[in-house]
Amino acid sequence: MAHSGPMTDWRKAKLPVFAFLAPATIIYTLFMIYPLIDSIRLSFYTTPSGGEMAFVGFDNYRTILGDPDWSATFWNSFWNNMKFFAVHMLVQNPIGIALAGILSLPQLRFRNTYRTMMIMPTMLSVVIVGFIWQLILSPVWGVGVDILDIFGLKSLFGPWLGKEGSALITLSFISVWQWVGIPLMLIYAALLAIPDDLVDAAIVDGATHFEVFLHIKLPLVLPTVAMVSILTFVGNFNAFDLIYAVKGALAGPNFSTDIMGTLFYRTFFGYQLQLGDPSLGATVASLMFLIILAGVLFYLFAVQRRLARYQL
Amino acid sequence: MMTKNIRREDMSRAAIVHAILLTYTLVALYPIFLVIINAFKSRKGIFSAPMSLPNAETFSLEGFTKVLARSNFELFFFNSFTVTVVTIVIVLLLASMAAWALSEYKFPGNTWLALYLAVGIMVPIRLGSVSILNLIVELGLINTLTALILVYVAQGLPLAIFILTEFMHQIPKDLKEAARCDGVGEFKIFFAVILPLIRPAVATVAVFTMIPIWNDLWFPLILAPGDGKQTITLGIQQFIGQYVTDWNAVLASLSLAIIPILILYLIFSRQLIRGLTSGAVK
Amino acid sequence: MSNKVFAKGLAAALAASVALVPLMASAGELVIESWRNDDIDIWNDQIIPAFNKEYPEIKVTFSPTPPTDYNALINAKFAGGTAGDLITCRPFDASLELYKQGNLAPLDDIAGMDNFSDVAKSAWQTDDGSVTFCLPMASVIHGFIYNKEAFEAAGVEVPKTRAEFYAALDKIKEEGSYIPMAMGTADQWEAATMGFQNIGPNYWKGEEGRKALIDGSQKFTDKPYVDTFAELASWASYLPDGYEAISYPDAQNLFSLGRAAVYPAGSWDISLFNSQAEFEFGAFPPPPAEGSDTCYISDHTDIALGLNAKSPNAAEAKVFLEWMTGSEFASLYSNALPGFFSLSNHKVEITDPVANEFVSWRQKCESTIRNSYQILSRGTPNLENELWNISAQVINGTVTPEEAGKAAESGLAKWYAPHQ
Repeated sequence: MAHSGPMTDWRKAKLPVFAFLAPATIIYTLFMIYPLIDSIRLSFYTTPSGGEMAFVGFDNYRTILGDPDWSATFWNSFWNNMKFFAVHMLVQNPIGIALAGILSLPQLRFRNTYRTMMIMPTMLSVVIVGFIWQLILSPVWGVGVDILDIFGLKSLFGPWLGKEGSALITLSFISVWQWVGIPLMLIYAALLAIPDDLVDAAIVDGATHFEVFLHIKLPLVLPTVAMVSILTFVGNFNAFDLIYAVKGALAGPNFSTDIMGTLFYRTFFGYQLQLGDPSLGATVASLMFLIILAGVLFYLFAVQRRLARYQL
Repeated sequence: MMTKNIRREDMSRAAIVHAILLTYTLVALYPIFLVIINAFKSRKGIFSAPMSLPNAETFSLEGFTKVLARSNFELFFFNSFTVTVVTIVIVLLLASMAAWALSEYKFPGNTWLALYLAVGIMVPIRLGSVSILNLIVELGLINTLTALILVYVAQGLPLAIFILTEFMHQIPKDLKEAARCDGVGEFKIFFAVILPLIRPAVATVAVFTMIPIWNDLWFPLILAPGDGKQTITLGIQQFIGQYVTDWNAVLASLSLAIIPILILYLIFSRQLIRGLTSGAVK
Repeated sequence: MSNKVFAKGLAAALAASVALVPLMASAGELVIESWRNDDIDIWNDQIIPAFNKEYPEIKVTFSPTPPTDYNALINAKFAGGTAGDLITCRPFDASLELYKQGNLAPLDDIAGMDNFSDVAKSAWQTDDGSVTFCLPMASVIHGFIYNKEAFEAAGVEVPKTRAEFYAALDKIKEEGSYIPMAMGTADQWEAATMGFQNIGPNYWKGEEGRKALIDGSQKFTDKPYVDTFAELASWASYLPDGYEAISYPDAQNLFSLGRAAVYPAGSWDISLFNSQAEFEFGAFPPPPAEGSDTCYISDHTDIALGLNAKSPNAAEAKVFLEWMTGSEFASLYSNALPGFFSLSNHKVEITDPVANEFVSWRQKCESTIRNSYQILSRGTPNLENELWNISAQVINGTVTPEEAGKAAESGLAKWYAPHQ
């Protein structure tokens, strides 16, 4: 990974360097960094209906974290989001790693076909995925029951999407089904980059492919696994579409599928007879920003550093 | 004897491996398959025999007729296509320019600028929605595809710059030095020598830029929800909203949205993995 | 500020360099925003053509969004300036707030506004009644729709009292070939609207109880409300398997495919069943308790049409609104959409037998509107949304009727002075 760094002195080419950097930096600053900072600013203001914006300091934060109704809603969505993330970490990433490991076995036939097919759900829109699974799991249509019946497990079927205890987990699994392609792709690419002689040497020494994977390949791709984890974290705490498409903005039953994205949407835009509140919405967004930032910093300082030390 | 045993072991191991892969492939594809076959059935057929293929009795195209008559699918598809392609082109051009400057020239604050541009990989742009909406309203760009393109370019740049910077570090020094010795200008070095070299990374950057844009519901919902500017994802969401009870129409519209993206994907999937494995993301 | 100027220039340059799709909407094209997604065919095939016969030069597009997303989407569209010209109005506070924010234009100057009674207009007026901001279209009535074949198969009659109703459901359940009642709780609102607000007025005596809640003399922990929740909880055993995951369209499909005997309905469901059901169906009002002399029905002022204050096509939109006050629209609408009963004073013949049955209850029963709509959904937490969640939970069995009453009351007590 180590490279030499930039070589050419910029003073020989001031204009080109500026021209190369300016467009990207400007669009990025204007449509990404400025809105993010402005959202944080907005969270310190309030807009009464029809009135002027007024500075209120940390009042909005006090409302969301201090008011019993708001804080219950906020922490409920936070913990739901943690569960959503945990399922992805415990199911999506291990499956992705395992499939990538199998796909990278030498002399595997139909490798490309398998890989192409397995990544297919990742290409679909979340909205479409949500509807597909809603139809399959619908007790009215009965496809879910029929499929379980093939394996003699008919009795296990339940209205999973409608039960408080299982709705969130079911949605997490739907999301896993869709996104397995990402860890699969990234880790597969990293596995292919491992030099063949390392593996061959071990095989000659009598190691099985499984042992090679566990003791040689996996440690080498750990940095990619860590990167996939942090991408999962950011993606999950930013999720919205699936829950919205399947359960609506009210994220029922009894808010058991409410995650930070749906809470943000509801607070900002309102729902049913309740009207939206832009400054409280911005406050929720800022809190989400802090949570994601905390996760990313943890990754940068705790995980990545330690990993870097183990690398050659 | 020995070799025979090993071969048999290999065979059974291969069988297990293929069994695992086939099972998962089935899990990944069956739901999609199910939607597509049922789109070609009558209402009775959908409900009475959801898992069987359409036959002479249940075959029906009424869902598709309804979708094509009642919605602007071609237009939505064209909108999505325009937004996606224009965004990818802009992202590729601007990101490779920036990546080149970051990886090639030594200037004060180089590292900081690279870090600044990388923040966007970790922080979702959605958190700035409130201000983006205000900004777009002020620019008078609401309900335009331009609004979506601007936001998607900003969203796609950080990862693209990151990937391309890594990639450009691997371009052999001799190439650019040779050009410099011939007295070629810096702009020309980039456009004539460097730009053609990044082709292997293009597929990777394009796919990582494309997936979130093509499938996004959020920004079309808040920035361009009407006026015939809906993207296909939003169009589907709205159409299904209108026809929820009509399963023929719902399944047909889902199929219409799935098929084009899968065809595009099948065309590009080989290049995608080649791009990934040629060292673009490591 | 300079960065905004710069941004404008940049955006203009980008816009120019980007090949944009041809413009869709031409001037003078009216867009109607609505949550009535089931009605799209009727608008496209009957109402808009009838309007165009008189005004061929005004193009009208009916553009519905799913009922559950409608309010959020309308708020977002107003915030972004992308809302259509004509806005379908929910009754009371949601629309009132839109008017206060300057999103809806006052409509008192529309000729023909006097074709509507004060009661009809009350759901879309300012608190002092001085300004009307939406043109009343229709009310909807709650009750039960039943499959006549299923009733025959189980040998039950149309129930007149609550006891008869549950005896009939038990019999259908025992007979076994039909699901006794088709409803789910997945979308939450059916539980509140088709459940709580449907059977409740018989307990709280319609308007009497609704007004008592507003002035604070009755509470949700009082007997009528807890009893309503208790009756609702008893529905669980008559609903299809997995009702927790059954959505509103699922329930409609169950009934229209002939798999269920009774469907807790809003009168608006009639038109869908007319087009999809292949059996005869009828309707009956929520049966009152044995021996009570009055029956009460929810006859809810449900739908009106307002004018986007910033519409560039306001003149054309007003032409459309004026046309809507006439008797042609009243008759067309009531008959094209059996189950939506015109709020105008024009005398309308309703040809659909089931819709006629619904509207006939206005003569024998006392009418009221949903108790959470006026004033009580003004604060946070919002009573209407609380009732969705609570009613769904009562049927799911995750809270008891007593807890449900307490939850609704404590939500109200947080912000509404008469309940503190």
